[in-house]
Amino acid sequence: MAKIVAGVWTSHVPAIGAALDLGKTAEPYWQRVFGGYEKSKEWIAKVKPDVCIVVFNDHATAFSVDIVPTFALGCAAEFAPADEGWGPRPVPVVKGHPELAAHIAQSVIQDDFDLTVVNKMEVDHGLTVPLSLMFGQPKEWPCPIIPVAVNVVLFPPPSGKRCFNLGAAIRKAVESYPEDLRVVIFGTGGMSHQISGPRAGLINSDFDRAFLESLATDPSKATSIRHIEYMREAGAEGIEMVMWLVARGALSNNVEEVHRFYTVPASNTAVGHLILEDRDSAPSAMAAE
Amino acid sequence: MERQSKEYEDIPGTTVFDADQCRKGYGINMFCMSLLKADNREAFKKDEAGYLGPFNLTPEQTQAVLKRDWNGMLKQGGNIYFTAKLAATDGLSFQQVAAMMTGSTQQQYADMMLAGGRSPNGNRSKAEWANKNG
Repeated sequence: MAKIVAGVWTSHVPAIGAALDLGKTAEPYWQRVFGGYEKSKEWIAKVKPDVCIVVFNDHATAFSVDIVPTFALGCAAEFAPADEGWGPRPVPVVKGHPELAAHIAQSVIQDDFDLTVVNKMEVDHGLTVPLSLMFGQPKEWPCPIIPVAVNVVLFPPPSGKRCFNLGAAIRKAVESYPEDLRVVIFGTGGMSHQISGPRAGLINSDFDRAFLESLATDPSKATSIRHIEYMREAGAEGIEMVMWLVARGALSNNVEEVHRFYTVPASNTAVGHLILEDRDSAPSAMAAE
Repeated sequence: MERQSKEYEDIPGTTVFDADQCRKGYGINMFCMSLLKADNREAFKKDEAGYLGPFNLTPEQTQAVLKRDWNGMLKQGGNIYFTAKLAATDGLSFQQVAAMMTGSTQQQYADMMLAGGRSPNGNRSKAEWANKNG
């Protein structure tokens, strides 16, 4: 039986990808950011997930304004890194897991979540930056990835509660997959930031820290945050944080914190990072070695 | 029928990209989307006004694009993730464009971010901005 053994949350700031790709990681500004992921890279190298489900948002790359799916599940065999205007990031092609993805579609859609099935999709920094932060710069990504794209570009995104419940449905789907697979789910985006208009540059560390604490200890606080509150308090684009709740909903209540990191800024954005192991599905440390 | 008021219109210095804005800015955003292809970026650079023709922008939208009025593009239905493609075509970073939208120099903006960013205090509502500037 497959199981979700841990959750990883991280911001996916494009400038972080650029810093990696341009070899700037040793600069003090970037060392402050990358230093927060050293422990995470060691952790995931030990956990060795068989599959990662990465919840992210497309930033007007795969989806224009012609069609805007609220939840889209990547069912393809591979996903190419996209040219976002600067040329594609020099990172490996993302290999999917079409069998598990198809199983998730079967289960989750019949569980009342109307996912859009996507069989062709290029992936942007929203998906590749978290992979780089966790896996470094390998020639191939170490495991298949199932992308779950959530609309947070066109208002309104799904509610936090809806995102959390989708995560629970994904967990149920994974647990009914017959193969023994250890799955790690990623929640990406955020934390507080606004990159549009005269209020750009807004950062709210108090809000971000409370949000991280809620994920670790009492997610019901985070799921009750309304859209207007995200936008007022954490910036218009800070609403990306609803995506973190999909990954949190995919874990049980019985979690143990492995790592937490927070710094301001990376370019325009607050960077938050959290790793929780699920003690129900991974009873010992390092996500059941 | 009167349009329902939207509570997020009270957030200062912010244009929320909802379905109304999306419809208004369809042309701007699809133009920006076309810049994901290197060939199109080159064609646009060679003849900006000519390249915009098929996207059916309003005269105001065309001017906002040609003058790189980043806030104007957002007000007229552009979305930041789309207009960022135009910024990339110009060789600008997100942070450079953010500085322009806030009316500060890149150095001032970078310094503000390094000092912890713009505080939510005083920036939560239009009333707070009116008090600050009034």
